[in-house]
Amino acid sequence: MNTVIEVNALERIFGANRAVDGMTFHVEQGEVFGLLGPNGAGKTTTVRLLNGILPPSGGSTRVFGLDPASDGQRVRQKTGVLTETPALYERLSAYENLAFFATLAGIPDSTLKSRVMEILAFFGLHDRAKDKVETYSKGMKQRLALARALIHKPPLLFLDEPTSGLDPEAAQQVNALIADLSHQNGQTILLATHNLLEAQRLCDRVAVMNKGRILAMGSLKDLARKLWPVTWVDIIFWQAPAESLTGSLKAHRGVKQVTGQGEAWQVQVEGEDVIPQVVQHLAAQGASILKVNPRAYTLEDIYFALQAGEK
Amino acid sequence: MNWRSIWAIAQKDLKEVRQNKAAWGPAIVVPLIFAILMPAIMIIVPQVIPVEDVERELGDIDVMLQNMPPALSAIFNGKSLEQMFIIYMTAFMLAPLFLIMPLMFSTVVGSDSFVGERERKTMEALLYAPTSDLELFLGKVLAAVIPAILLSWMSYLVYIVVVNIASYPLFGNIWFPLAPWWPMMFWLTPALAVLGISATVLISSRVKTFMEAYQMSASLVVLVLGLVIGQVTGVLFLGVGTVMLIGLFVWLVDAFLIYLSVSRFNRSALIAKL
Repeated sequence: MNTVIEVNALERIFGANRAVDGMTFHVEQGEVFGLLGPNGAGKTTTVRLLNGILPPSGGSTRVFGLDPASDGQRVRQKTGVLTETPALYERLSAYENLAFFATLAGIPDSTLKSRVMEILAFFGLHDRAKDKVETYSKGMKQRLALARALIHKPPLLFLDEPTSGLDPEAAQQVNALIADLSHQNGQTILLATHNLLEAQRLCDRVAVMNKGRILAMGSLKDLARKLWPVTWVDIIFWQAPAESLTGSLKAHRGVKQVTGQGEAWQVQVEGEDVIPQVVQHLAAQGASILKVNPRAYTLEDIYFALQAGEK
Repeated sequence: MNWRSIWAIAQKDLKEVRQNKAAWGPAIVVPLIFAILMPAIMIIVPQVIPVEDVERELGDIDVMLQNMPPALSAIFNGKSLEQMFIIYMTAFMLAPLFLIMPLMFSTVVGSDSFVGERERKTMEALLYAPTSDLELFLGKVLAAVIPAILLSWMSYLVYIVVVNIASYPLFGNIWFPLAPWWPMMFWLTPALAVLGISATVLISSRVKTFMEAYQMSASLVVLVLGLVIGQVTGVLFLGVGTVMLIGLFVWLVDAFLIYLSVSRFNRSALIAKL
């Protein structure tokens, strides 16, 4: 795998405010990487630093091997950015908006029109191509802004709060488009968001941020394992098993704790690999198991645990 | 330097300005007043009111016209009082007012381009485009300077036609423009258009709205009013030499302001103001 983004001890200071405070991470080609954090965590500043819009106060960054601070224009030729607000020219049509950015991106006149119409069709906006953007709904504007970010087929896409302010239906449409981009086109995506459900659905790895620092980084599974090294399993029986079974189960290798009573037990094990052995043991002892449910941690659980730890 | 990008930015800004009534409104109204209404009144009124009234009125300014600078006296040589009045008013008194136009047009478009873009929250997406800071700057400057110069030239053309047609019954020939108007059109007007935009760029870093920027930049018109007062009081006469000198001075100021603007126009400064 090729590393697309490399960030080492990155800092950006505005007066007394450390907007980005020693961030280190990397993003591999084809990966969807999430930057999660509350407002003011430093997500947007990071996107700006990685595109050479802001110079860093310290540390180093490489995007496709280029330094955005000194080679911003070349970096931006390879990136597309969906800004937090669509930032479209409302007095111009969708076609004019895209044609303008396509020209700036260096798409030649000979293919410009077909490229613009192709991407408008991809985002379902070709029927309204000549309408002024001010007549568009919020969802349509967001799709158009996404089309603008993709007009020059950038290998790296930055999405800053892509569903912010959208109704659930429009948000679902945009999320589906992002999922398509990563799965079908193999696009590398950096998603800056505070929408945890969105990040959980879309991201391969996430970095949880607060006050410009990364609190934890990894896949959902990695982060859950780091925070909660043991796994809880909920077991439901058809009939309540004998009390004595509790003792024999506690003695089983890998089982840390057994609680509950009657038909519902909670068993704490060292890892998920112990669960089949627990089930085998219970079945061998004559227990009639109805349901075995290892507790899965959501990104929300992880996020709030990390933010609470920070506080 | 990518001129295709620069031109695309300029064209986009002009398309946007065309949709902003507050921006193009003055671009239509002011030339109509300066190029058609005012000269028509100045020329036609002395021709249609009774001769004795004209002589009584013009007689009062006869002394003033006789005391004009030698260059102007030479132009007046052999002309009737009515002709002298028309020449004085159309070729000299109204001349500085025409210099308001390049300033006004470039500050209007410049304010919309530099501050309006920020006000409409479209600047951030533009900053992420693969252009250099200088290309962005030049695109926006051209969007303001080119129409300012072209609109001014169009106004001059209309003015020339109106003056010659309206005064033809009295003069019997095409006499306008006089020599000082040529450097005014092709030397001083472009210099003032550049002055307007370079001042607007500097002002744009200190204001938040299009109207604020426009109002502050429009205060440059005071400079031109100084020329009007100078002419009325006889302190200044806009002959060829004077226009060339004023133009040179404005170009030097332009160079300084452009240098300052370019050095302050960068992405990190622009994004900090969003």
